[in-house]
Amino acid sequence: MYKYFPHTDDDLKAMLQKVGVESLDDLYAQIHESIRFKDDYQIPLGASEMEVRQAFELLGSKNKQLTCFAGMGVYDHYTPSVIPNLLSRSEFLTSYTPYQAEISQGTLHYIFEYQSMMAELTGMDISNASMYDGSTACAEAMMMAVAAGKKQNKVLVSGCMNPQTFEVLKTYALHQGIELEVLPIHDGTTSLDDVKTRLAEGGVAGVIVQQPNVYGIVEDFAGFAEACHEQKSLFVMDSVAADLAVLKTPGEWGADIAVGDGQSLGIPMQFGGPYVGYMCCTEKLIRKMPGRIVGMTKDNRDQRAFVLTLQAREQHIRRQKATSNICSNQSLMALWVTVYLSLMGKQGLKEAAQLSYAGAHYLCDELLKTGRFTLAFDKPFFNEFYVKYDGDVDTLYQRFIEAGILGGVRLEEGFLFAVTEKRTKEEIDNLVKMAAL
Amino acid sequence: MNNRLYGNLIFELSKEGRKGYSLPKNQFGDYEIPASMRRSEDAALPECDELTVVRHYTNLSNNNFGVDTGFYPLGSCTMKYNPKINEEMAVLPQFQNLHPLQPAETVLGARAVMAMLNETLCALTGLAHFTFKPYAGAHGELTGLMAIDNYHRSRGDMQRKKVIVPDSAHGTNPASAAVCGLEIIEVKSQADGQVDLDDLKRIVAEQGAEIAAMMMTNPNTLGLFEIRIPEIAKLIHDCGGLMYYDGANLNPMLGACRPGDMGFDVMHINLHKTFSTPHGGGGPGAGPVGVREGLQAFFPCVSPYNGNFGVMMRACAYIMSLGRDQIKMVGPLATLNANYIKESLKDVYELPIDTTCCHEFVFDGLKDKSTGVTTMDVAKRLLDYGYHAPTIYFPLLFHESLMIEPTENESKETLDGFIAVMRKIAEEAKTDPELVKSAPHDTPIGRVDDVLAAKHPVTTYRQLKAEA
Repeated sequence: MYKYFPHTDDDLKAMLQKVGVESLDDLYAQIHESIRFKDDYQIPLGASEMEVRQAFELLGSKNKQLTCFAGMGVYDHYTPSVIPNLLSRSEFLTSYTPYQAEISQGTLHYIFEYQSMMAELTGMDISNASMYDGSTACAEAMMMAVAAGKKQNKVLVSGCMNPQTFEVLKTYALHQGIELEVLPIHDGTTSLDDVKTRLAEGGVAGVIVQQPNVYGIVEDFAGFAEACHEQKSLFVMDSVAADLAVLKTPGEWGADIAVGDGQSLGIPMQFGGPYVGYMCCTEKLIRKMPGRIVGMTKDNRDQRAFVLTLQAREQHIRRQKATSNICSNQSLMALWVTVYLSLMGKQGLKEAAQLSYAGAHYLCDELLKTGRFTLAFDKPFFNEFYVKYDGDVDTLYQRFIEAGILGGVRLEEGFLFAVTEKRTKEEIDNLVKMAAL
Repeated sequence: MNNRLYGNLIFELSKEGRKGYSLPKNQFGDYEIPASMRRSEDAALPECDELTVVRHYTNLSNNNFGVDTGFYPLGSCTMKYNPKINEEMAVLPQFQNLHPLQPAETVLGARAVMAMLNETLCALTGLAHFTFKPYAGAHGELTGLMAIDNYHRSRGDMQRKKVIVPDSAHGTNPASAAVCGLEIIEVKSQADGQVDLDDLKRIVAEQGAEIAAMMMTNPNTLGLFEIRIPEIAKLIHDCGGLMYYDGANLNPMLGACRPGDMGFDVMHINLHKTFSTPHGGGGPGAGPVGVREGLQAFFPCVSPYNGNFGVMMRACAYIMSLGRDQIKMVGPLATLNANYIKESLKDVYELPIDTTCCHEFVFDGLKDKSTGVTTMDVAKRLLDYGYHAPTIYFPLLFHESLMIEPTENESKETLDGFIAVMRKIAEEAKTDPELVKSAPHDTPIGRVDDVLAAKHPVTTYRQLKAEA
């Protein structure tokens, strides 16, 4: 037979006999001939393991390897080698959702650790077991706000939100009948006055902002939560997870829900996924939170144990009454983040953030020195910033690519550059040299 | 798998001043993060050296059961073998280091992988276009329903807001419809497990103009092929609705039928089921959505980039390995394995619908109900014998549902071993029912107190410490 099929001819014969049919084809005898597929699939013949390897290596060689200065939600942070090594353990990799707690304590323990770490990082009370990615976590937060707000159906979204996240919000809002209103941009930030005016008009279930925002700016959200709460509206913050090692947390800003992508916690960029979304909230909202949650309990031998809990919130119980259809979490990627945070710990995460901050500010200063770039907004930024360029943006971008540099993300008048702890001074100086030509 | 509980949390191994990382020195001078930006207190993350971290997670993994550990007959989950070569291909650095916003001409290899997967999935399903944006099966369902909703809206058919779902459907089906802003109409199943065509005709006659779609999985969650699918599709199409195929049960169809030929217009595929990518303890999966020609314009934007690209790489390597000659054996062998178990156990376990099944089937508990031993007890006792439990108490059609799905990768010896143990448990239920009711005995932990966990939720280490 084939390496993934253990059936010998004798096995087949004995098994068919037990089932009471003559041939494998007879197993489908109840299906009408008109819908049976009896042709050959129009796909290539099977390949040996060596051929598969060669094919992928050849395909890989067609991708250009670039030194990454792009961000906009996805960051090139370093992955300690411990992580892929531990994650390849098949007891983690090849298991299912931990429904059978007795033989899934490994998964349940690490999810509990993950929830604990994300709650610490965001300064919130609780976390769920993870979501698909940052954009869908944000969409779930939007729906959660509307569900919690009973008859309120409008959600305000900062104009400084990542446009890709906004597209996803728009999709979910359209089908849910949620009215999205974009808050205008004032010098690269969101204005409290705008929020207050719209809240006063009524019907607002939630306000969503991003930190750092799409321009990399660290915004001042003083007064936002209070303004929301006065109108019984929820304040939702979407943050880059790694930056929360040092930034004022959603909890400190008074957020009710904190969401975002965990990719910045050492997950490779891998062309868009898999990443992991996080969602944390206040204790008050725990029964409104979508997704899985792991909680502590005891077993009948009086041992501490962990288990999936509060499942009455979930789709398989609520069915058409569900306010979220999420079924799985992004478990293995939650483990990725958990191992990353265990290794980096309290100090390492701060140090990496400090390095990213320093590298970005150094790059910015050096670019400004060339005289060809100006900061688009005079606002504090973290490890990403928007500079306007006095030449042709596309030409320079191409020059970067030819030199093996992914020169940020192109915006209308310039570039959005991101720097992580991975970028060396040499790499940064090289980019500046290219940019100064 | 280690049957003794390891039980530690990483926080409990932490000691101030320990480090598990090394970072380069700052070469950029004095750029201090201003105090106004900073959080007032550090995040209380653990502080551990590298070996402590490695041992901790290795020990945790030893309290886990995976497909590589043993037989995993979890119904509806298609726990097939996850080939190692796929893992290795998926993490090739030439793919791992790609930023999703890189210009197209620098990611030709990655785009070729996506094109290749699109082509093969179309060939295998009889549909015309796939979007890879959905991250999981449920996300795919939502995406597909949104596409259907978009299609009806584009035609000004705004009143089509109802989705027909069989009462045996996966829980995500009605939930996905609700999140898409659609309303559910449940259609009954007959005693033989098939959709009740008369009930469906009644629904269509009464509400045909409001039907957006019918959502089905075929074979259904009883593992039975819906033989009247051509008539069902015609009924729905004639009233202006579309047919949605929940691809959760696609595996037995490889080599037998294509959803497109059955009359389906939109479907999702769980790459983590049919195409062998690992379940990872509950994700990441991938739920690409395919449509008939003409519907591709209605794909919604449900994620920012290329979906779970890493998962697609694995699926692509799997399809490339099997190819035209082997992939058509997947369905028949999975189906043979399921029928073999069913036939070998139906004298001791209650088989409510005695007919040929596809990749899975459902028992309604033990045949002898006098012992008081439930499906839960049987499931827990299986853990003692080194098997993962089947899916239990689903579908909701029976009180004691025990849903068994072996995959094509399991050998006759494995199945015979499982059958022998299932028979032994049936015997124990008669001779020593307490032994079964108090199972498991030989696992890291015993049965857990679910009520305690839900009544007083402790979901973070901070709360746990405060409790102590």
